[in-house]
Amino acid sequence: METLMLLGDEALAQGALDAGISGFYAYPGTPSTEIVEYAQMSKQAKENKVHTLWSSNEKTAMESAIGMSYAGKRAMVTMKHVGLNVSADPFMNSAFTGANGGLIVTVADDPSMHSSQNEQDSRFYGKFAMIPILEPSNQQECYDMAFWGFELSEKYNIPVLLRLTTRLSHSRSGVKRRNPLPQNSLNKPDDLFQFMLLPAIARKKYKHLIGLQEKFVEESVNSPYNIFDLDAKDTSLGIIATGLAYNYLKEVYGNQPIPHPVIKIGQYPLPREQITQLYDMCDSILVLEEGMPLVEELIIGLKHKGAKPVKGRLDGTIDRDGELNPNKVARALGMKDTFGKAMPEVVAPRPPALCMGCPHTDSFKALTEAMEPYGRGHVFGDIGCYTLGFMPPHNAINACVDMGASITMAKGAADAGLFPSIAVIGDSTFNHSGMTGLADCVYENTNIVIVILDNRTTGMTGGQDYTVFGKLEEICKGLGVHPDHIRTFVPLPKNYDEMVKIYKEEIAYEGVSVIIPVRECIQTLKKKNKKEAAK
Amino acid sequence: MKKDIILAGVGGQGILTIAAILGNAAISRGWYLKQAEVHGMSQRGGDVQSHLRLSEKPIWSDLIPFGQADMILSVEPMEALRYLPFLSDDGWIITNKTPFKNIPNYPDVDAIYKEITGYEKHVLIDGDAIAKEINAPRSMNVVILGAAIDKIGFSQQEIEAAIKTTFAGRGDKIVEDNFRALQAGINAK
Repeated sequence: METLMLLGDEALAQGALDAGISGFYAYPGTPSTEIVEYAQMSKQAKENKVHTLWSSNEKTAMESAIGMSYAGKRAMVTMKHVGLNVSADPFMNSAFTGANGGLIVTVADDPSMHSSQNEQDSRFYGKFAMIPILEPSNQQECYDMAFWGFELSEKYNIPVLLRLTTRLSHSRSGVKRRNPLPQNSLNKPDDLFQFMLLPAIARKKYKHLIGLQEKFVEESVNSPYNIFDLDAKDTSLGIIATGLAYNYLKEVYGNQPIPHPVIKIGQYPLPREQITQLYDMCDSILVLEEGMPLVEELIIGLKHKGAKPVKGRLDGTIDRDGELNPNKVARALGMKDTFGKAMPEVVAPRPPALCMGCPHTDSFKALTEAMEPYGRGHVFGDIGCYTLGFMPPHNAINACVDMGASITMAKGAADAGLFPSIAVIGDSTFNHSGMTGLADCVYENTNIVIVILDNRTTGMTGGQDYTVFGKLEEICKGLGVHPDHIRTFVPLPKNYDEMVKIYKEEIAYEGVSVIIPVRECIQTLKKKNKKEAAK
Repeated sequence: MKKDIILAGVGGQGILTIAAILGNAAISRGWYLKQAEVHGMSQRGGDVQSHLRLSEKPIWSDLIPFGQADMILSVEPMEALRYLPFLSDDGWIITNKTPFKNIPNYPDVDAIYKEITGYEKHVLIDGDAIAKEINAPRSMNVVILGAAIDKIGFSQQEIEAAIKTTFAGRGDKIVEDNFRALQAGINAK
């Protein structure tokens, strides 16, 4: 078969397509977005009628994927790491219901927080849910693990967590394809109790899941993605490297054989037998893992007397936070580090910023003027490009916690007596998690101003559609906001005075106000214009 | 043979196109390649870099280790300097001269040029001006690439073939523009 040059994200999507997937479900989120974008552009997906449209959020995506699995077909839900928090409820319970058609939950973690609020490690969720975890170390494994994941899922009727990290998601390399498999046909579960988590049934389900654990360990022992190189002579140190960390280990030894016994982990739960063997045969253990010290903690356990030294992120051998790189691994192995010249002092930081001509800039400028009499500390932001409204020269927002939190935090602060209390949220984020918060405000007639920055797209992740496009005003009316206090304007410099006036009027109104500045993201506008010009 | 290149610039300046062209040239040779990109928030006018690794032998790490890059290829002069910690002692700096000023405290450009020209192995050319001169203003990135290809070890023919592959389906004009840009870059250094 042909070789393709693919990002880790794309390799996984192509793998899933070739492994007979019937539906992708997702809300965009860096670094996972390109999985579903690739599927949306795929001719193969279109011809085979594979579902690729975006969902409202990760929870609706997860539930739809579980539903497709219920109906016997293979499904994959994809998200960034914090999306798994949003969908944790269906995720955890899917381990109890199990799968019918193959079900892969793909989560792309972002160690070093290149584009995120935290760097949580999704392997903990996999362990929490007691399901198998796959952690590819390269693009080819991303592709192959789609096949492997569906196979494993259908063998045990269990969802499988597939964990990516930024460097793999967004790095390109050659990927060899296999012969595609057909999709499953529609096939309801044989056991109609399977997806029925009434307590009496759920208790049985839990016992069943517990019973599967030893089998999962056995699968890890025999997995082609776990490599046990235990013959090396120098047993002063044994090395465990998971996922991407294995590449860095191989990199630092170059063409030299690694002198120490090594276990490479690509599938969990951990293969206990070999890990114990490594521990017993070596004087000390080094754990290299991209993310939090999950494996390291398991090996250390309760440090008993006479325990061997375990080196990793917990003892400071490797930085406790941030992503790995070849240099960190080289230093952990006591090798000579390499470093070029320091960055000269003349180099100024160039943080991300709102684009030139961005509609948010105009919306923020007018808001900041309207808020001038009250001082700073009244505006709750949210997740999106407009989070950059925190940066100078805007200095417009003061909080950013999670998707949708602008509205509900502003509500809580208003409940506490903060006036004015303002929420700033994007159209797609409102779609994702804003509507229920607005319902809370309407229910109590909270004294609040909610600004929904409508740039007609999901901007931060590169311009994706969202499900309630064009319906924001109707939604606010439907949720009970008084029509007189749903105000819209076009955020342009020529409308500046009117914008300030609208903000001021709605701040003065005692109750729920929604202000919707509407102007298309200039990035998506540029793309459209380019497409038009190419015609 | 193996080449580790840090591509540098500001979001939207076209470093990923350079990566795609070099990647296609490497594939035609049957080489291995890994290329780590920056997506997401940093793309919004922030500094962006791509680690491009080309090799006859399989490549392990997606990231180039600090101090081991053979070249910094940059479409913006200050951004070239940002990645010096990656450059090996005998590595090349090849960079565009025109600053991209989207920050209020952009430093004195002469101080930047002084740092760059302090390296023996440097090429500092005005890619923006050259691209305009040859009436291909959007191909500045390929002008800079042109100034680098002999040091990377690719022939003009190989890169032209890769340009054709990269821009397939985007029309003849864009291919022609980039051919001229490549030639102008080769001539300029």
